[in-house]
Amino acid sequence: MRPEELICPTPQGLYCPPADVYIDPMRPVPRALITHGHSDHARAGHGAVMATAETLGIMAVRYGDDFTEQRQPVAFGETVNINGVEISFHPAGHVLGSAQICLAWRGFRAVVSGDYKRLPDRTAGTFEVIRCNLFISEATFGLPVFRHPPTEHEVAKLLESVALFPERAHLVGAYPLGKAQRLMALIHDAGYDKPIYIHGAIARLTEFYRSRHIALGDIRLVALDDRKNLGGAIVICPPSAMQEAWSRKFPDPVTAFASGWMRVRARAKQKGVELPLVVSDHADWDDLGRTIRETGAEEVWVTHGAEEALVHWCETQGIRARPLRLIGYGDEEGEAA
Amino acid sequence: MNRFAALIDRLGYEPRRNAKLRLMTDYFRETPDPERGWALAALTGALSFRHAKPGLIKGLIEERTDPVLFALSYDYVGDLAETVALMWPAEGGANEIPHLSDIVAGLNETTKADLPRRLAGWLDALDETGRWALLKLITGAMRIGASARLAKTAVARLGTLEPNEIELVWHGLTPPYLDLFAWAEGAGPKPDTVNPAPFHPPMLSHPLEDVGNWHEALDAADFAAEWKWDGIRVQAVGGRDSHGRRVARLYSRTGEDVSAAFPDVVDAIRFEGALDGELLILREGRVQSFNVLQQRLNRKAISAKLLTDFPAHIRAYDLLVDHGEDIRGLTFIERRARLEALVAKLDHERIDLSPIVHFANWDALTSARASPASAGASKDAEAVEGIMLKRRDSTYVPGRPKGPWFKWKRDAYTVDAVMMYAQRGHGKRSSFYSDYTFGLWRQGENGIDELVPVGKAYSGITDEELAALDRFVRKNTTNRFGPVREVVHTRDAGVVLEIAFEGLNRSTRHRSGVAMRFPRIHRIRWDKPAREADRLEHLEALLREA
Repeated sequence: MRPEELICPTPQGLYCPPADVYIDPMRPVPRALITHGHSDHARAGHGAVMATAETLGIMAVRYGDDFTEQRQPVAFGETVNINGVEISFHPAGHVLGSAQICLAWRGFRAVVSGDYKRLPDRTAGTFEVIRCNLFISEATFGLPVFRHPPTEHEVAKLLESVALFPERAHLVGAYPLGKAQRLMALIHDAGYDKPIYIHGAIARLTEFYRSRHIALGDIRLVALDDRKNLGGAIVICPPSAMQEAWSRKFPDPVTAFASGWMRVRARAKQKGVELPLVVSDHADWDDLGRTIRETGAEEVWVTHGAEEALVHWCETQGIRARPLRLIGYGDEEGEAA
Repeated sequence: MNRFAALIDRLGYEPRRNAKLRLMTDYFRETPDPERGWALAALTGALSFRHAKPGLIKGLIEERTDPVLFALSYDYVGDLAETVALMWPAEGGANEIPHLSDIVAGLNETTKADLPRRLAGWLDALDETGRWALLKLITGAMRIGASARLAKTAVARLGTLEPNEIELVWHGLTPPYLDLFAWAEGAGPKPDTVNPAPFHPPMLSHPLEDVGNWHEALDAADFAAEWKWDGIRVQAVGGRDSHGRRVARLYSRTGEDVSAAFPDVVDAIRFEGALDGELLILREGRVQSFNVLQQRLNRKAISAKLLTDFPAHIRAYDLLVDHGEDIRGLTFIERRARLEALVAKLDHERIDLSPIVHFANWDALTSARASPASAGASKDAEAVEGIMLKRRDSTYVPGRPKGPWFKWKRDAYTVDAVMMYAQRGHGKRSSFYSDYTFGLWRQGENGIDELVPVGKAYSGITDEELAALDRFVRKNTTNRFGPVREVVHTRDAGVVLEIAFEGLNRSTRHRSGVAMRFPRIHRIRWDKPAREADRLEHLEALLREA
């Protein structure tokens, strides 16, 4: 059997002909399986959406309750059979509710990774390795220069700066879904017990995380007329807000940015970042390779990111590999970087 | 080394002077001897050892990584040291993490053949930032985001010393500066060093315009005048060391030792004393423009051709030390007499006197300033950027005392230009569109007028004006290119900026063919329609006049 009989790239996204479903489609389709709630993967307007309850909840927060005609929640490990294709969702460790999607048909298993990471993150769950024949992987950080440092080091860097500059506000740019809440948890777990302030654009998703019983510490919304009093405070905001007039009223702000892209100086400098924090929700180079090996896949497709290097690496490991060059993914960290 | 690397890394991102100071002082406070001393040496450019060539580093990484992956990575990152630092397949815990002091010692004792093995061992043990800093250091490409002067100031902040006190003993000190740190922290005496040719912090002036009604308030008879030269302020110091050998040093106005860059001038320092003057390029006795001087500055290699093509000179205007005697307490007139005697006796083609501009009253000085060529500056008039006024009875006071010295710059040129693009600034201005590219009208190929960019300015306006321009940019953006916004600039819509600048040069790099010197925003002309802004021909006429 050719893998393409089970799953193939189309302009709308990855398509499974026997089940007649799309995975993370870029355009509205009758039936979608969604790996996670980031806007480049989870779009509104599909007829039916199958996803984890958390992902469905996040989509409702972002797009409103009518984002789809039919919600089909799936629990991790549960198997749903559509026209003989056994579909199951498994933790991906990327953000809350994020899943890999496994399709099993006629003895062949394909796993679509969505976005994933292997570093521990109590706000996102733990990645589960699924043995498969075909692994369809992301490669956002698919170059050997991207090796994420221990996250605790990066948070320590932030807290050291707060201690050294207690009169300056520390603005931390972070993507509003996942990265922002993970940072809150990391800062809280590092023993920081003062309030953490957040920009309004992060509030509803943060509330959603808390409704799922994820402890984030003392989180407060920045009151506009209180900005000038936030010297020494940590303020988490969307990356775009750091360049907006909103950021001006803080006392002599230190602009920090939490992203895997911060590993490369030119990238950080270009953004005008003063305190780059290498914190990523994607697998780094070493974890991409480790994961591919652990799945036992004899074939790898690379959806988006630095495909060329990962495809080359697979070939040196005797694994068939090809880039899919799916357009439209990666915008969320891409935009942020 | 990891801690030092983290400091260097952070300094590179931090735009604020005070924040840099605090980062360095914090590092010096937390880091024990001798490590912090070697760090200070690295920060002040006082480390010397055999540098490694980039080829050696490429060789090391090629032995350890796939060449295709290296090529893709290098292409993405664009910097060899950083690529290697990030890709290096380190074995965590394999070796003891080296201190900067271990690395300096190792580099001094290693043989060329053994260098790759040693380097690989260090790279194995360091983290990514540590590897990056080591590779930058070892290839001589480390860029420190702070001046030597600032690093010394950070040491002074460990206790209650003044930065100048450190400056005065600095040249007698050697890494790892144990005596200096002990002194700065109040745990030891002032280092007993005699710098035979020390730097003396210079005396600076205030703009004459800052004195209200200066015509009346100041008496012309109290002042002597000199040309204000458009060069680089330097201090030439000569002395003898304890063995009686001649020592000559050239300092920048901030006390950086720039002797290595100007061997031709240093060779002329054949006196014992400290002389204050302007560094200029002279060709056939004629002072060249600042543009020419710039071609001599910031060169890594000082070639014989550079020395021949750009001969440096000092035009002297003050004497601080005369034959070992500190004469800063004498009056300007007394010091001037000593200076004239010293320059006459020295009789060296590389050092001459900055002439006194004689004037009977303020009106006479005003016309001298307006036309230096006819007031004695003759063929050097182009290199005159104004007048220096010094009280005849003024002693030489380091710093910027109010009253004794004034600068009176020539009126700047101005032009009305239209804002075309805006870019966000850095540091405090990172949320403001504060850097503006502006243009002038000219006739386009199709006969229709078009704006051509002539320069970029980011200073000269108040915080309120900055906020107003920022609002204008955000509301009138027509296009975006990364951090740059294109701002509306048609005949009927656009904002006119009155730009002041010091001079013009022809430029092949600018589409307009001209480049402005030190352009800044003089005024915002909200009242002026864009179509009434100046034309490029106006600048071209100015160029012809010059």
